[in-house]
Amino acid sequence: MTTAGTAPLSYPFNIPESLDLSAEYERARSRPGLLKVQLAYGEPAWLVTRYAEARFVLGDQRFSRALADEHDEPRQSEGRRSGGILSMDPPDHTRLRTLVAKAFTVRQVEKLRPQVKELTRELLDELEAAGPPVDLVDRYALPIPVAVICRLLGVPEEDRPKFRVWSDAALSTSSLTAEEFETNRAELRAYMARLIEQHRKEPQDDLMTALIDARDVDDRLSELELIDLCVGILVAGHETTATQIPNFVLALLDHPDQLDLLRGDLSLINGAVEELLRFVPLGSGAGQPRYATEDIDVGGTLVRAGEPVLVAVGAANRDALRFDAPGKLDIRRTGNQHLGFGHGVHHCLGAQLARLELQEAISALITRFPGLRVAGDVEWKTQMLVRGPRVLPVGW
Amino acid sequence: MSAVAWTVDIDPALCIASGSCPGVAPDLFVLDGPHARPVREEIAEDERALDAAEVCPAMAITVRDASGQVIAPRP
Repeated sequence: MTTAGTAPLSYPFNIPESLDLSAEYERARSRPGLLKVQLAYGEPAWLVTRYAEARFVLGDQRFSRALADEHDEPRQSEGRRSGGILSMDPPDHTRLRTLVAKAFTVRQVEKLRPQVKELTRELLDELEAAGPPVDLVDRYALPIPVAVICRLLGVPEEDRPKFRVWSDAALSTSSLTAEEFETNRAELRAYMARLIEQHRKEPQDDLMTALIDARDVDDRLSELELIDLCVGILVAGHETTATQIPNFVLALLDHPDQLDLLRGDLSLINGAVEELLRFVPLGSGAGQPRYATEDIDVGGTLVRAGEPVLVAVGAANRDALRFDAPGKLDIRRTGNQHLGFGHGVHHCLGAQLARLELQEAISALITRFPGLRVAGDVEWKTQMLVRGPRVLPVGW
Repeated sequence: MSAVAWTVDIDPALCIASGSCPGVAPDLFVLDGPHARPVREEIAEDERALDAAEVCPAMAITVRDASGQVIAPRP
């Protein structure tokens, strides 16, 4: 077993202005044991970079998210993202997850496919009418997941400019003080609380109304849990997909042979999206540390009870012990059990919805514009938990 | 030995190995291969088996009562 003799490395490794995986991860994966890292705030943490250990830590109940609340949780910003379903363990986590899981199953999500197809068609018509160059983020990547999650949850789409600001801040790692972070969260919660009150007066056929029933009729969650669940679904429901659409476009443009292959046979789209989910390291760094509830050996390092472990899924997804030629984008790859949506009880609730949106958005875009290309300077998101273009000018 | 009350089944063609079910009830479900499987197909009544079937993102888990009626996931 290795011991923690050396000073922790400064983390995260990835730079925001690219989709590359930092070379530090390669070094970390190839040495025995775990690395100790230090984020801008909170205590040092163990860093997992290999696939087998990533699945082990994310899947084992002896690693707790809820315990982070009792510690100085490693994090990129001063403010703490405490509360919400991502900070819970079973059985509390299970109680909330069962309430929302039904809306995001394969069967429910597939019903939305015709709507999403229609939406991509309308947006592409608008892009064509506007003429190149256009910002793919603002006019295509954002409107798709925003429209879908707004309709599903019951949030007015026209409020997008409002909750964009709050959502940006919620995922920001910038120099927001803890106080500014709290103010932002309070505003977002107040906005959602007002929407919930409106839904109470006028029930709709949406997820928010179903959750209100679960609270008011069956008493299965508290008012704050209800609000935070809706906030979580709204933020998580659009930001990641909206970021991955331009990321996947850039990755495909960077691999013209793979793009040609996909254009030639769109039936490859499902496998292509899985491969892109594996290949593109979305996060600026690992977050959501898991705390060991007892002494546990992880890949040759003894993690003591009460110590936090961070899991770098972007690095695990490029582990040569699990994937052949891991650095190669291969849309025909089979047996692709990537960790792009995480693993274990916190496995992305909206994974099936994200898959559907990505499949439809990418296939419609590359079909409509055979000459799709970057047509200007890419402006990158900086100081965010997710990486990707803030502005992506494209032509065709 | 408690009487067998329910049966649990995981469809390997649907299972996406999200790790959700062993997370909810590690004594009822294991993920030790490409797909999850129930530790035992016949179990005593256990709410957590119902929960696991409800939260499975792939709807791969089916729980039946002694009469063979599907009790989770609910339609």
